[in-house]
Amino acid sequence: MSSRTAPAHPGRTTLALRNSSTMLRRNLLHMRRYPSMTLQLLLTPVMLLLLFVYLFGDVMSAGIGGGGADRSAYIAYLVPGILLMTIGGTTIGTAVSVSMDMTEGIVARFRTMRIHRGSILIGHVVGSVLQCLFSVVFVGAIGVAIGFRSTGATVLEWLAAFGLLALFALALTWIAVGMGLVSPTPEAAGNNAMPLIFLPLISSAFVPVGNMPGWFQPIAEYQPFTPTIETLRGLLLGTEIGTNGWIALAWCLGLAALGYFWSKSTFERDPK
Amino acid sequence: MPSSVMPTSRRNDGHAPPPAISAVALRKSYGDKTVLDGIDLHIPAGSVFALLGPNGAGKTTAVKILTTLISADGGQAQVAGHDVAEHPDGVRGAIGVTGQFSAVDGLITGEENMLLMADLHLMSKREARQVTAELLARFDLTEAATKPASTYSGGMKRRLDIAMTLVGTPRIIFLDEPTTGLDPRSRHNMWGIIRELVADGVTVFLTTQYLEEADELADRIAVLNDGKIAAEGSADQLKRMIPGGHVRLRFTDPTAYQAAASALTEAARSDEALALQIPSDGSQRELRSLLDWLDAAGIEADEVALHTPDLDDVFFALTGSDKPKETVR
Repeated sequence: MSSRTAPAHPGRTTLALRNSSTMLRRNLLHMRRYPSMTLQLLLTPVMLLLLFVYLFGDVMSAGIGGGGADRSAYIAYLVPGILLMTIGGTTIGTAVSVSMDMTEGIVARFRTMRIHRGSILIGHVVGSVLQCLFSVVFVGAIGVAIGFRSTGATVLEWLAAFGLLALFALALTWIAVGMGLVSPTPEAAGNNAMPLIFLPLISSAFVPVGNMPGWFQPIAEYQPFTPTIETLRGLLLGTEIGTNGWIALAWCLGLAALGYFWSKSTFERDPK
Repeated sequence: MPSSVMPTSRRNDGHAPPPAISAVALRKSYGDKTVLDGIDLHIPAGSVFALLGPNGAGKTTAVKILTTLISADGGQAQVAGHDVAEHPDGVRGAIGVTGQFSAVDGLITGEENMLLMADLHLMSKREARQVTAELLARFDLTEAATKPASTYSGGMKRRLDIAMTLVGTPRIIFLDEPTTGLDPRSRHNMWGIIRELVADGVTVFLTTQYLEEADELADRIAVLNDGKIAAEGSADQLKRMIPGGHVRLRFTDPTAYQAAASALTEAARSDEALALQIPSDGSQRELRSLLDWLDAAGIEADEVALHTPDLDDVFFALTGSDKPKETVR
């Protein structure tokens, strides 16, 4: 044996932590080197935000409020939904980059090395959640710049809002990782993950569910975005949360668990 | 080596050192297509073993099983004293793998790829930098170290790939078609690299579809065809397995060819090429007597070529003349 490498074999936890942080650094390096992908994914929520505020803002607010046009009221209504849509859009990138990793040889190399296996996925998940939070801050800043104000929210509510965003990002990330793992190509992964950015369009992000056609209301109501948007609105703007908080929490935990077990079982199968 | 090895490896105790790689009746199929149909391997430590076979013969599948990437359907395999199915981590700790498709991260630089490997091997920062600089220099990549790996040429990517494999100083290295797709110069470079590895005492398991490569590098060669090992031995042993030495006479004039063909009854004819093959061991004596005889008979060939059996002959004799079907996965 050579004299230069003889690290004592650390415990499983140490190995998992060390390998995971290495993998995370690799993914963050990718994001930093190729910011165009991140920015491209931010384009949709930012465009929709500006479009709905400046082009449709007066009509939307008049239609929702039933009274006169009030663009600033509509900004307040819109921003929480746009923030969650930002998370949905960002995780599409996660699905694509996981799929890209799997189709290239590098993961096969990782699989033949004595490392903590899960660290490959953990690196993607933590990287994706951080990327989501960065994107949310970026889009949120645009919201503030065009007039969004979270007046009256306490520090605790701010923290809860942040926690909700992080949890939602974690849930969608695990689903996106699963999609990335089962997709044969990065292009297919991008297509398969599209619902993550389409679902907010049919949620209460742009108009209240009550203003939608009756037959469509259950579709808008019983999906993860609507209760999460309502909860975020309540935390930031002081509107009624009601049972939405618990429903949102259940959705997030359920999706995270589903995505986790789906990803794990797919990843542990023999590669092709 | 741990004491909890399988009983099958015990028979070596007190005789020869345990093999670096061994397999018994290894089987694998995808659906109803049998890819490996009972493979036995016994590869001593410190040797170079070449698994030779046409595309679709099952070479890559064998490598994938031995490197713990996929599991076998039947049979047993041990690498570095560990059962691949029971103790994959023990195997992983001892091996380095350079797959057929480059296993480098194209989005980051060559240097970052190396540091990534060092980090995964739990090296300290200082150690990682030292190993990285050393290996990049050894593989002539220092200049390109700060460029993204996706911009590398095929040969450079392959060198980076091997450099990354060497970061953990593995005792057993698997190289799956290391020179496929490389230009002749890069291929010769790669051969030099492989010879250096062997000089360091590393066991090399190599797959290739080039007979010349197996001949150049390997101590032992196994010919894999249709999921079975058709023959195994040193290059010389394999060459001795088949006759094939001959003198080839080529003509441009069909009448001269016809005359020679009717005179040389023992020759194998090749009418389209206007060529005759006369069995010969290639010795000076036999060659002279043949040429004297041709002169005496007034036969003048336009070209005389001496052909000694090479691995090509062995290969085609063993794998049959029809090309194996390419598999689409």
